[in-house]
Parts: sequence; structure tokens; C-alpha cells
Amino acid sequence: MSKLLLQALILPPVTEPAPKPAADALAEIAAKVDAAAKRRLGRSLSIREVDAGSCNGCELEIHALSNAFYDLERFGLRFVASPRHADVLLVTGPVTRNMREALERTWRATPDPKWVVAVGDCAADCGLFAGSYAVAGGVSAVVPVDLHIRGCPPSPIRLLEGLLALLES
Amino acid sequence: MSALGDILHRGRHVAGHHPYPRVEVDAAGWEDAAFQTADGRCTLLSLWGEVDGVHMALAGPDAMEIAVISLPCAGGRFPSVGQHHPPAIRLERSIRDLYGLEPQGAIDERPWLDHGRWGRRRPLGAATSDAGSGEAYDFLPVEGDSLHQIPVGPVHAGIIEPGHFRFTANGETVVRLEQRLGYVHKGLDGLMQGADLGRAAKLAGRASGDSTVAYATAFAQAVEAALGIAVPPRAQWLRALMIELERLANHLGDIGAICNDASFALMLAHCGILRERVLRAAAAAFDHRLMMDRVIPGGVAVDLASEGAAQFRALLAEIRARFPALVELYDDTTSLQDRTVGTGRLDPALARQFGAGGFVGRAAGRGFDARSLAAPLPYAELGFKPVTRSEGDVNARVWVRIDEVNHSLALIERLLDGVPMGEIAAALPSVAEPREGLALVEGFRGDVLAWLRIGADGRIARCHLRDPSWFQWPLLEAVIEGNIVADFPLCNKSFNCSYSGHDL
Ligand code: SF4
Repeated sequence: MSKLLLQALILPPVTEPAPKPAADALAEIAAKVDAAAKRRLGRSLSIREVDAGSCNGCELEIHALSNAFYDLERFGLRFVASPRHADVLLVTGPVTRNMREALERTWRATPDPKWVVAVGDCAADCGLFAGSYAVAGGVSAVVPVDLHIRGCPPSPIRLLEGLLALLES
Repeated sequence: MSALGDILHRGRHVAGHHPYPRVEVDAAGWEDAAFQTADGRCTLLSLWGEVDGVHMALAGPDAMEIAVISLPCAGGRFPSVGQHHPPAIRLERSIRDLYGLEPQGAIDERPWLDHGRWGRRRPLGAATSDAGSGEAYDFLPVEGDSLHQIPVGPVHAGIIEPGHFRFTANGETVVRLEQRLGYVHKGLDGLMQGADLGRAAKLAGRASGDSTVAYATAFAQAVEAALGIAVPPRAQWLRALMIELERLANHLGDIGAICNDASFALMLAHCGILRERVLRAAAAAFDHRLMMDRVIPGGVAVDLASEGAAQFRALLAEIRARFPALVELYDDTTSLQDRTVGTGRLDPALARQFGAGGFVGRAAGRGFDARSLAAPLPYAELGFKPVTRSEGDVNARVWVRIDEVNHSLALIERLLDGVPMGEIAAALPSVAEPREGLALVEGFRGDVLAWLRIGADGRIARCHLRDPSWFQWPLLEAVIEGNIVADFPLCNKSFNCSYSGHDL
């Protein structure tokens, strides 16, 4: 183990330079963020991820945000275990009818001010699952959405761009 | 004659089902198949319904023999398989939820995927509408002194899929775990009906995103078997390459995540780097990190250019340079071994009974690996050998993954060396009559089964996809018994069952 740790000290980091916040995401969010709320939060956000019906592809890329390449925490963004500790809900999937109530309750358990980021094509408009008897709709059909990050799944870089836009706005 | 051969001999052969036989039987023949399966002479590969009948896919003892047994259900009923063979219970409950066919004699009559929230009952059968306001679920009663219950989910603490776990514990020790799943049921079977092959292939690739290549390949192979088309060899090799890359990425992620659940974050950090390298190489070569929609019926959608191949060779070199030190670290860290050795032990007899695939089965002595099946994927030419361990604990499941990472590295190298030149896709012919196909493909988690019928209009009439998790989830309930609650995340991660693949 000591050898590995030593190498980690000597070798250059693999972490990528920070991407520029996405312009379209910025525009979407700028209209919605209240300046006072931003002052209160500073440049730090606690994120609670909620899978409301995803195929789990989006989760894989959200996970990747924590690896050494993207290193989400350096931006003051971190994943928390409870909605009660969260500023942001990161929601994936078409919202299934079987998950609708759980999502609503998670949203209600999140203290104000809060933001909802819908991740993936399914979260935006149900993607390929549109029209199914088992699907309630995109995330915005169930809780108010502040920002959409498209993609199937969106790459970690696109996710980062979107989340940074949330911080910078 | 083998037990399966005997069942086939007595059934009525159905034409147009490939590459394995399908026979129609009567209720007595169906029950006989259930008995043979319960006695261990056959392995249940899957059980599914449609409007007017039920089907089960069975394998002989060495899986060299595979067949589908069908029972027309004129009266909307079929003899329950689950009453004799518990692995069938959840599949049967799902058939009832979706199609309204009644398993007669069933032990467990509770709904499974249907939470009373769809606004309709039997959505794929004789549907009726209802309020859709949800209904309480009767968890199994637990009685005894000093027991307490811990409900967890459906929303979990980590970045994972939703499901509900009901623990009953005596102090720290788990006495029973009961799962309730179905939260991410998206109605895949319903969406498949009437879909054209292109759309259906995309849907199949989203049954469980982490196994998108395995699903897309199983679906494509079933279509190709049904239509009787020969896929160009280059496409078969590229499919195997993508399947092994998917396995590599997921196993690396899992090894890190399992150690992380034992509070050893260093492994997660290092394995996370290697996993990311795999995804980046995949994106560079195939233009998608998870390789979604890259396998299509008839072949593959993108060719491998020489720069892509060079990326993969560099990837192999990097993983080979770094992975051995991580394995050594895993093996030498006693605090980690203390958590994984002997934890969540799966009885080999249960693994056999449930036909547990993937690392769950192979860590408990069940050697089945769908890569050993004959063509169409080129594994025989690559010198493939399944990896098995016998201890059945978390440690064994980690080691199967470690051994498979190493094996996949060797397979990828041989695939790059040997990939033949030529076309990457064959055209799909149109059909005049219904055709059926079945395929079994080894994804990272285990064998994915795809069965489908293409109608005379060239669209999907029925498609059933069976995730390996169907037979692994119930075993997680079994292995956690007698372990401490705090070891559940570790056991759960070592199983890494799919919710989406199971919930459909
Ligand atoms: S957007 Fe794509 S990856 Fe994400 S949940 Fe939907 S199908 Fe899966």
C-alpha cells in the first residue's frame, strides 16, 4: 500500500481542467436563481441523487463525476445521503408511476431553497419510454425543474458543465 | 434420453423457432417440466407469458441443450411452476400482474411489479382501469422475541437504483430480509409490442444501462436467429470486443465499489481511474462511452478504425501495468479481508437450484457461463474458459471479478489481433410469416436471455428479456441471513443486481 500511496504523491494528477459552464444551461438557470439564495449558499451545493425510473445508465455517469478525472468535490459540489441535507435534487429517468410518490416525498423532504436538475433524455421527456402505461412523465410533470441536462446518458463533462452553471448563475 | 429430451419428445414441435426447439405441451406436460426442473434435472432459464399462453426456457444439466416449453392457456390459467420450484415464483407473479394469467396452486399470491399505481390492471392482457392510488404491500409476518424491523428505500442513501428492503433484525443480526421491487417498472414489454426492429433494439439496450451491449447483442442474436440471417464475422468479433469492454469497465467499477463499502476508499479511487480509461477508449473508438446502440440487428453500427484499436492496446498496457498492484493491495489488506472473507456466503446448492449466473453463481461453484455456448460469438476461437470459485462469500465474488478482468484483458488482445476484415452488418430480409428466436448472451452480471416473436408485419409481436438479476435477487435475501446489518451494503454491492433489468 505504501508504494501506491507514494506513487500517488509523485505522479501528476489525472484530474481534468474545469469545463466552462454550458451557455444554454446558464441561460436556463439564470432566470430562475434568486440572488439572495445564492448569497446564502455561497459556492457550495449539496446534491441528493434520485433515480425515479432510470435504466441506470445515467447513474453510471453521475458516479463518474466523483472519480479522479472529474473530482466533483473540488467545486464545492458534493453528494449527500439524505434529501434533508440537500440543496439540489439530481433526478434521472422517466418518472415511473411506481416511483412518483417517492419522488414527491423526497422533494418535500428537501429544505428550501432548493433546485431540481433533471438528468438525461428520459428525465426531460421520457425518451424511448414515452407513452408507456407505467410512466408518469418527465421529471417536470411531477416536481418543478430548474435545469435540464440532456444526453443518453449525458457524459460527465456535460453533467459538470450543467452543475457549474448552477453555481455560477 | 435426457429429461429435457423426453419433454421435447412428448410435446408438439412448433415451426419457425430458432436456434433452439420450442414445443407446445398440455397441462400435464407443463407440470412434468416443472417437476423435472424442481428435481434439478433441468435449469429454469426463464418463464414468461403472453396474452394466451405461457412459456418456459429450460436448459439441460450442462446447458448444452436448451429448449422452450409452451402451454396455451385457454382458461386464463396455468399450473404454477413456483409451487414446485421457488426460482419461478417472482416470474409467475409478474406474469399475473402483466397478463392476468393465474398460476394455479401458487404459494405466493401477492402482486410483484404491480404496485396498484398504473391506473389499470393486467395492462398487457384483458386490461381494466382502476384508481391507481397505490396499495399497501403485505410483507411476510415475522414472529419472535426481541425482533425489530428496519425499512430501507425505495430511495436509497447512495447513487443507486430504487427498491425497498425490509430487514428484520435481532440486535445487529439480520433474521430476515424481504425485498420489494418493481419501482422502476417502465413497461418495457408493452413498449416492445408493435415496435419496429430498430426501435426495439434501442429499447433492449436500455433494459439495464450497465449491460447495454449484452442486451443489444442478445436482442440482435434473437432477431438474427428468427430471420435466419448470417452476421458478418467482423461484426461478431466487434460485438465480443464490446461485450468484453463492458465487462471490464463494470468489474473494475464493482471491485472498487465493494472495497469502498468496506470503507476502503483507496481501491475505489484507483479502480475508478481504470474504469474511466475503459470508457474513454470506448468513446474514442465507438463514439459512445457505454457503447449504447452500437450493436444493431444484422451487425454493428460502427466499425473499428485502426486508431481505435491502438487506443485499446494502450488501454490494455495501462491496466496490465496498474491492476496487479491493486489486486495485491486487496489481498494484503487484512482489515479489508476481515470484512469480505466469510461474509454473505451463498450455498452452492442454492446457486445451482436458482441457476444463478455471473459472478454470483461462479463464486459458488456453478460453472455456467454463456460464453461457453457454441457460436455465434467467437469465444471458442478465443480459447475462453469460465472462472469459478467455490467459497460463495463476498471475497469469492471479488476474486471471480478479478480473474475475469484478467481474462477479459487476454480476450480483448486476441480479439484485436484476430478480428477479420469485411462487412460489419447484413441486411435484414422481410418475412411473410411469424418467426421466433431465442438468445443467451453473457453480460458482466450473468446470462441475459432474449426471446422474441416477429410478426408477419416485420414488427415485434412479443419480446421477453430476462435479466440475470431475476435469479440473483432472491439469493441476496438468503445470504444476508445471520450476517450483521452493517454488512448488507457489502453483500449487496458484491451481488450488484440490476433493478431496472429486473423491474422491466
Ligand atoms: S437517458 Fe438514457 S441512460 Fe439515462 S435513464 Fe434514459 S435511457 Fe438510460
